[in-house]
Amino acid sequence: MPMKSILAAGAAVGVLSVVMPVQAQETVNAVMERGALRCGVNTGLAGFSNPDSEGNWEGLDVDVCRAIAAAMLGDPDAVEFTPLTAQQRFTALQSGEVDVLSRNTTWTLTRDTSLGLNFAPVTFYDGQGFMVPADLGVTSALELSGATVCVQPGTTTELNLADYFRANEMEFEPVVIEQIDEVNAAFFAGRCDVYTTDASGLASIRATVAPNPADYIILPEIISKEPLGPVVRHGDDQFFDIVKWTVYALIEAEELGVTSENLEEMMGSSNPSVQRLLGVTPGMGEALGLSESWAHDAIAAVGNYGEIFERNVGVNTPLGLERGINDLWTRGGLMYAMPIR
Amino acid sequence: MANTDTFVPLPSRPPPRATSGFLGWLRGNLFSTWYNALITLLLVWFLVELIVPIVRWVVVDATLFSALGTDDPAAVCRQNDGACWAFIAEWWRFILFGRYPYVEQWRPALAVAITIGLWVISCDRRFWNKRLMYFWLVGVPVVYILMSGGILGLTEVPTVNWGGLPLTIGLSTVGLTVAFPLGIFLALGRRSKMPVIRILSIAYIELIRGVPLITVLFMSSLMLPMFLPTGVTIDVLLRAQIGIILFAAAYLAEVVRGGLQAVPRGQFEAADSLGLTYWQKTGLIVLPQALRISIPPLVNTFIGFFKDTSLVSIISLLDLVGAAKQALTNPSWRGFYQESYLFIALIFFIFCFSMSKYSQWLEKHVNTGTRR
Repeated sequence: MPMKSILAAGAAVGVLSVVMPVQAQETVNAVMERGALRCGVNTGLAGFSNPDSEGNWEGLDVDVCRAIAAAMLGDPDAVEFTPLTAQQRFTALQSGEVDVLSRNTTWTLTRDTSLGLNFAPVTFYDGQGFMVPADLGVTSALELSGATVCVQPGTTTELNLADYFRANEMEFEPVVIEQIDEVNAAFFAGRCDVYTTDASGLASIRATVAPNPADYIILPEIISKEPLGPVVRHGDDQFFDIVKWTVYALIEAEELGVTSENLEEMMGSSNPSVQRLLGVTPGMGEALGLSESWAHDAIAAVGNYGEIFERNVGVNTPLGLERGINDLWTRGGLMYAMPIR
Repeated sequence: MANTDTFVPLPSRPPPRATSGFLGWLRGNLFSTWYNALITLLLVWFLVELIVPIVRWVVVDATLFSALGTDDPAAVCRQNDGACWAFIAEWWRFILFGRYPYVEQWRPALAVAITIGLWVISCDRRFWNKRLMYFWLVGVPVVYILMSGGILGLTEVPTVNWGGLPLTIGLSTVGLTVAFPLGIFLALGRRSKMPVIRILSIAYIELIRGVPLITVLFMSSLMLPMFLPTGVTIDVLLRAQIGIILFAAAYLAEVVRGGLQAVPRGQFEAADSLGLTYWQKTGLIVLPQALRISIPPLVNTFIGFFKDTSLVSIISLLDLVGAAKQALTNPSWRGFYQESYLFIALIFFIFCFSMSKYSQWLEKHVNTGTRR
């Protein structure tokens, strides 16, 4: 018997013994028994998951966790948040340390398949962009040939940058700096002409770190797709469904005009879609294995998607992001909930 | 009577102006030659250039705590050029205690006070007896119960919410107190005449010293969970703590070995000729001398590890440094790096400086017989 196949068989058994214990509904049962959802979040990302000065988590990713907890357990505070670094996040999810990862994670094919993950619908469409000083006189990224570019190493940001410049036959000189605060300092001190990272990051850096935000412009080109959303591990389809439809419920609520403020009023709505969403017409909760008030509880806790967006990253927050492609499909964005019926 | 002339000395005159007093000191020490004068002037210019902006930033242009009364204190800070002490006023509790539930933060505060109290009495020679052991045996469980709760009407706080100063002090206290005896055994093992024990000790010490602490922490945080079945998890804090203990033990072992080798050979031989057993010889003759010699490098290692605990923030445990960094991710308060780093630097300095001062005192008091 060739040595290789023995080794392969051994490896397969080794992998199986780790993967097999995940049974259907294991996660749902564990969450229900524990009375709390374990949610992996970023250790600190402004507007998405960051603590306030009393140590309470807030942010868009955090609100998604609270919505899921409210839908499953009826209590948006029944969440145990585990802050995770970029390196830790997938191990923590695979090993069962967290039930769901809501941590600005880009949905890609390899992650969806070979890492054994399932991506729930996107909660924020991001993409890599460029910021330049206004007095550089540049209005398009295609005019940036020969520029020095400040970039953080390690993530796909650096790779996208090189790809974009090569594809457009332009030269650039990277200034690679590890720490975000040092990148900021370098850019605003004029050490490089261009700053590149995710567009949401650029907007917040311009709003909060720039000496005078009006002196800097973000170029219209978005050079990469970074769809961010909650992630669960393979093995519990019911839990995946719950996470998926909780996100859809938040988006659907915005489309139907259901907010955390008019929620009780809407319970008396004659619109059949609203009735189904809020459980006035029963059936949806039962199909998910939850109480009929699942969507009602989630919306009561954190509001609809639009409210979550505006509260955490919208134009009236320090990040000051426009809805843009994160607007509803009815207003020209990409947020589209599958029909809840 | 003969007129014997008695010698009456003239009253002594003051030394020449140019060599006495402040001016003389200046002249002798700072302006003795033209190039010394030049260097002095350059340094004075440099200091002024350095200190004036710092004072201006820290005091004159700073935004003080009063800004907190306004609607948006961060915006008030951004309008001023100086330091934003309002940031510290708003966030000091978060930096000190991390995400520990806000209303329960008296518990980590008390736990830190008890731990520091234990260290202080451990430093006092009057307590160097059995009583000290009882204090620790009572103190450590009390601190643990205070932090984790779950009994006596205290709400349970999972370790994932521990942070800030209690984490820094806890990791280094437990790490060093457990690693120290382990280190002594490793040092003795490395000098043992029994080959298996010697080889195992050497292998352990060299393996651990051959890798950075950051990789040990990464291994314990990322690799370990992969070998455990899904759903079975070891607390991340415990994993980091074990990593720190294993790492510190290897370093302390080498420090202790240095002390052991400095004990003169005659001491071993004298102990042997008295017919003492190995453990009597080691415990009564060799170790007391070896550890006394090792005080400066031991304290050096202790201080080093106290600061190294901040590496746990790479596995998302938020010690002082991690908590300070996390505070800066709040959208309203981004960008106040200098203030927060200065604040934690001050806290670290207080602890490390006290340790180093105590070690100087200790050296003086236990080395009275052999001081050179």
